[in-house]
Amino acid sequence: MANSFMSQWVYTDTVKEHFMNPRNLWQDGEDFEADGIGEVGSLACGDQMRVGIKVVDGKIQDLRWLTYGCASAIASTSMMSEMAIGMTLEEAYHLTPTMIMDELGGLPEHKFHCSVLGDKALRAAIDDYLEKQGMPNPYKNKVAKVMCECKNVTDVQIEELVKAGKVHSFEELQELTGVSTVCGKCKNKIKEELEELLHIYSK
Amino acid sequence: MRNVYLDNNATTPMAKEVIELIQDNVELYGNASSMHRSGRDADTAVEWAREQVASLLNCDKKGIVFTSGASEANNFVFLTFRDLIDEGYKRNRIITTTIEHPCIEETSQYLISRGYKVDFLSVDRTGKISLKELEEKLGDDVALVSIMTGNNEVGTIEPIKEACALAHKAGALFHTDATQAIGKIEVDVKDWDVDYVSMSAHKFYGPKGVGALYHRPGVPLRPLIHGGHQESGFRAGTYNTLAIAGMGEAARLAKLNLKEEAEYLWKLREKLRKGIEERIPNVVINGHPTDCLPGTLDVSFPCAEGESILLYLDMEGIQVSTGSACATGSLEPSYVLLACGVDVEIAHGSIRFSLGRENTEEDIDYVLEKLPPIIKRVRMMSTRKEQNNG
Repeated sequence: MANSFMSQWVYTDTVKEHFMNPRNLWQDGEDFEADGIGEVGSLACGDQMRVGIKVVDGKIQDLRWLTYGCASAIASTSMMSEMAIGMTLEEAYHLTPTMIMDELGGLPEHKFHCSVLGDKALRAAIDDYLEKQGMPNPYKNKVAKVMCECKNVTDVQIEELVKAGKVHSFEELQELTGVSTVCGKCKNKIKEELEELLHIYSK
Repeated sequence: MRNVYLDNNATTPMAKEVIELIQDNVELYGNASSMHRSGRDADTAVEWAREQVASLLNCDKKGIVFTSGASEANNFVFLTFRDLIDEGYKRNRIITTTIEHPCIEETSQYLISRGYKVDFLSVDRTGKISLKELEEKLGDDVALVSIMTGNNEVGTIEPIKEACALAHKAGALFHTDATQAIGKIEVDVKDWDVDYVSMSAHKFYGPKGVGALYHRPGVPLRPLIHGGHQESGFRAGTYNTLAIAGMGEAARLAKLNLKEEAEYLWKLREKLRKGIEERIPNVVINGHPTDCLPGTLDVSFPCAEGESILLYLDMEGIQVSTGSACATGSLEPSYVLLACGVDVEIAHGSIRFSLGRENTEEDIDYVLEKLPPIIKRVRMMSTRKEQNNG
């Protein structure tokens, strides 16, 4: 067929490479005893991730993952796994979706929020590890960002409420925390954040 | 690498004969509205095409209005009824279905947002409407009933003749979006007695950017594009002569080959369906088992996500589409599957194979060789495996 217009692939070459050859995948029947396991994502947006970590001397010695999701979800979790292995728990806790996306050479805008969940699953795995060890979690509140200054409510608090199924709408969040009830400046920002969290955690 | 194009419901390649006809006439530059010779030549091409399309639909050629495609044709009908209602038409409600193409679904939402009344017929698990529900929803305030002939995603064929009779009994006019059905099953305007039919050339091996609306001469129609006398004043704009001629040739070929082609496509489709069911555990076939467009097969692979399947297949040269949210660009998976009552995860894992006249038995064998390991692989990576037996 004659064709003078040759297309690029949907994603960057790095995404393609990780999609075709995912690293540190949790194989069926593999003997991997995780010290901590974290899972995030929902079927509502079609992406779900599970991350298992082995921790030695406060560092992530090894990591395995599973993903139900699209090509950018698979590639970004694979990339996250390469980045996280060898990191201290503190470093790993501070991995952001943007850092993962940059390593992948970029992702389409509409894919970024929905498919880069690996960092969240990793944080959940670290939380799980610390809880199982009966250790305090020094990171959780450090990464927290204040979303509503008047009421001093952080994104971590909001995330916890959504995760626990206590909040299903902005109104419910206001009732429980009082966000945006004083100056109201944070309203749009919080609504956006909440929408994303509801999407990720809705079952 | 083998190239297996199984996305013919998205678009089809132009038939060899259509390409030849367009190439042969590429210098036909006249404006079909001009009285002089080059104008008359162009007009002859347009009118020849109109005859071919009318012959394919078994309808009066005076009822054919050429458009830019089916989206325009569908808007044409819905916006005509908006205008009628604005003008004080005695009936002011439209009935359509939950599984129409976005160009009807979103036009309906647009009308609703402006205060017009549109009701939606639900469908069952196979994608079929219920004539009983239609009968219940009909009333002397219904102006228009619009039901698609065959669904683009799951392929389900609706009972158009029966639905049209019910609409007429209640005094309403009837429109069907036959875009996916034309060239695949018989669409007979006289037999069905429908008032409006939408179609698009590129779905049956014609060129893109051209389609038609049939309207029974005499039924209401309001100009969509103002500013010229073309198409009896209903659709202004200089004729896209070559595209229209190409559509005529595609219609001529479609009529010629309709029966054999439908049988051939169904044979391939069934080979693919049986092959998938034999080789891959835990699959869900969407749509109606028999009342289905002959080339359409929509399959869900639980525990596997559609975009990943699509892109792994693409790597093997197999081109399909998916109902997964990732591919729709929204966060929701296919609204058609959800309207059929399909579970959200099953919808995310849906793949539509839509076959065309260029596909062969060998193409199907190739898909049946490449698909099972891909599904196995995607399921192996999935968080969802333990909840199913995939």
